[in-house]
Amino acid sequence: MMNIPLNIVRTVHDWIFSIMPEGLATFTEWILIAALYLALFAVVGLYLVLLERKVAAWFQLRLGPNRVGPWGIFQTIADALKLVSKEIYDPVRVDKFLFKFAPYLVIVASLIAMSVFPFSKQFQAFDINIGVFFLFAVSSIGVIGVLLGGWASNNKFALIGAMRSGLQTISYELSVGLSILTMVLLTGTLQLSEIIEVQRTGGWLILQGHIPAIIAFMIFMIAGTAETNRAPFDLVEAESELGAGFHTEYSGMQFAYFFLAEFINMFIIASIAVVLFFGGWLSPFGITEGITWFPESLWFLVKVLLIIFLMMWFRWTFPRLRVDQLLTLEWKYLLPINLVNLVIMAIVIWLNWTI
Amino acid sequence: MTDQEVNTKMKTEEYFVNMGPQHPAAHGVLRLLLTIDGEIIKNVEPDLGYIHRSIEKMCERDSYQQIVHLTDRMDYLSSHINNEAVCLTVEKGLEIEVSDRVKVIRTIIGELTRLASHQLWWGVMGMDLGALTTYFYAFRDRELINDIFEETCGARLTMNYFVPGGLMYDIHPNFVQRTKEFITHFRTKLPEYDRLLTGNVIFEKRMKGVGLLTKEDAISFGATGPVARGSGFASDIRKKDPYSAFDRVDFKEALFTEGDSYARYKVRIMEMWESMSIIEQLIDNIPEGNIKEPTKAVIKLPKGEFYQRVETARGELGVYINSTGTKNPYRVKFRSPGFSNLSVLNHISKGVKIADLVATMASFDFVIPDIDR
Repeated sequence: MMNIPLNIVRTVHDWIFSIMPEGLATFTEWILIAALYLALFAVVGLYLVLLERKVAAWFQLRLGPNRVGPWGIFQTIADALKLVSKEIYDPVRVDKFLFKFAPYLVIVASLIAMSVFPFSKQFQAFDINIGVFFLFAVSSIGVIGVLLGGWASNNKFALIGAMRSGLQTISYELSVGLSILTMVLLTGTLQLSEIIEVQRTGGWLILQGHIPAIIAFMIFMIAGTAETNRAPFDLVEAESELGAGFHTEYSGMQFAYFFLAEFINMFIIASIAVVLFFGGWLSPFGITEGITWFPESLWFLVKVLLIIFLMMWFRWTFPRLRVDQLLTLEWKYLLPINLVNLVIMAIVIWLNWTI
Repeated sequence: MTDQEVNTKMKTEEYFVNMGPQHPAAHGVLRLLLTIDGEIIKNVEPDLGYIHRSIEKMCERDSYQQIVHLTDRMDYLSSHINNEAVCLTVEKGLEIEVSDRVKVIRTIIGELTRLASHQLWWGVMGMDLGALTTYFYAFRDRELINDIFEETCGARLTMNYFVPGGLMYDIHPNFVQRTKEFITHFRTKLPEYDRLLTGNVIFEKRMKGVGLLTKEDAISFGATGPVARGSGFASDIRKKDPYSAFDRVDFKEALFTEGDSYARYKVRIMEMWESMSIIEQLIDNIPEGNIKEPTKAVIKLPKGEFYQRVETARGELGVYINSTGTKNPYRVKFRSPGFSNLSVLNHISKGVKIADLVATMASFDFVIPDIDR
């Protein structure tokens, strides 16, 4: 028996194909799926913002938002409504085209990346055979938006922020890539669903690959946090140094795009971590393996939220690094460790030492 | 290509950035004119005047009791100590000896003020370095001190509790008990500060070796307070020139010789421990006595010059009063610690990164209205 969400999808699919010619029906479905993902994106973004505010409050001996709706659950929706209704203001002598184009680049990059997420076995828009590679490649486009936004703003603080963002992303991309490569070595596939299926029999990859996998996970988390420009690597928008960094001059919904993209990127990084290290939608020790009606995507979400909580914990505890320390950490420590770790992983697989 | 050829061909351009007057790291309206080459600072020029209220000129207009109220608005984080400075100067001129009770209460309240100020500094320092949680931890504890002050003198920021000749009124009956409770509370909470920030690798990397100030420079620039003591210059007025009840308490002067931001940080943490110990030594036996020596309704200082210095949370505050024998001073001059400390900034910030400048400024603990009166 299939699970209920899929039945709905199948019903809708059959209904669309029964009333339209095939080409038009496919096109309609594309649009529906895109709209669904867009809605999902908005919900994820808004509620991650709320979660961040709540987590921050718990760390900081505060209550957090609690006025709009029970436990403040409508707070971020109210904020979004406010941002939508605000004037989109562009300062004098900005590069108008690039200034307006940049937020869309950031948000679109995050959105495309979301399309390959394996929420569950049936809930995945594209299951392409280079899934990990695609996810990683697409999510890096966002930095161009950040660079353009900072450059076009005609503001020196924004420019410094954008330049920092460029060097940070270029540097840490290497570490993210190499730690992913370490895990791909173990699975032998780039397809997200297959990576997860490998873990159904052999246990989660972080256990299968034991020592090199744990090192890879730690490096991935550090580099992933840097990739999303979050504290302790939030030099891009270091508010005590640069005001608001690259998005200083943005207002209204354009600002919201940058803001939401940060949270979507965090979601992306957490999802990659869950797929590569913690078995994606698989339940821990297979406890819900036999229960057919149990939504597997729930496990995926729970794991992703735990990783996101970890990243929020970093943010609200650590001070920020300096720009040269950031580069030292990457080029002198993470990258060499990563390369050695890749070799160790290869040896582990070669000698069949995996669990 | 040799290095020199590369350098001449790859010419980088310096540019100019206004940091402030509205900038989150300045904690007020301080404008820094930065000349930057990429991330590296070539020159820092502080520009003052955005919060100038001509307090010294206003003092010439006001009576001696009124002057006390103006000093709250200078270094608002150590307002009690500022008030004390003026009161001590006026008392010196009138040759009044205040009772022991007043002296002890002034000392306890002064040390509580220092604690509150250092707590706020600790919170804001963390925030400047990107650790936002410290702010709330500091404010949790500072709130308790403010409550004690509020109970006794009705205000939480601009206190006006000390008057020439003593205190405006006696301490609240709860004062002793609540202060003791606070000390017990804070003795368990101060190690928490260390656990959250002090030992952190990133924090140490950001602070150690940053903003190096040698002892010679500290002396020649006239730096005082924790800034000078972080460079090994023993400048604590409480030790060198004890006023109020500081001659009867036993405390160590926090002194570190490294001269970097981390040393200044450690000085303030140690000062918090010492302040607590000072309060504990005094709180149990506050002597009985007059809370105010009788003064005339209109105080007239004798002709002459009077000077008194105290140790605020930021360093040496000197009050100079030149009197011609009338009810108003002829000239008043405040030697504020922040102004001299700020003059060091350009000297030690050349060639560092923007982030280092922010860290250095955080470790200097500027209060802008104190610099710019």
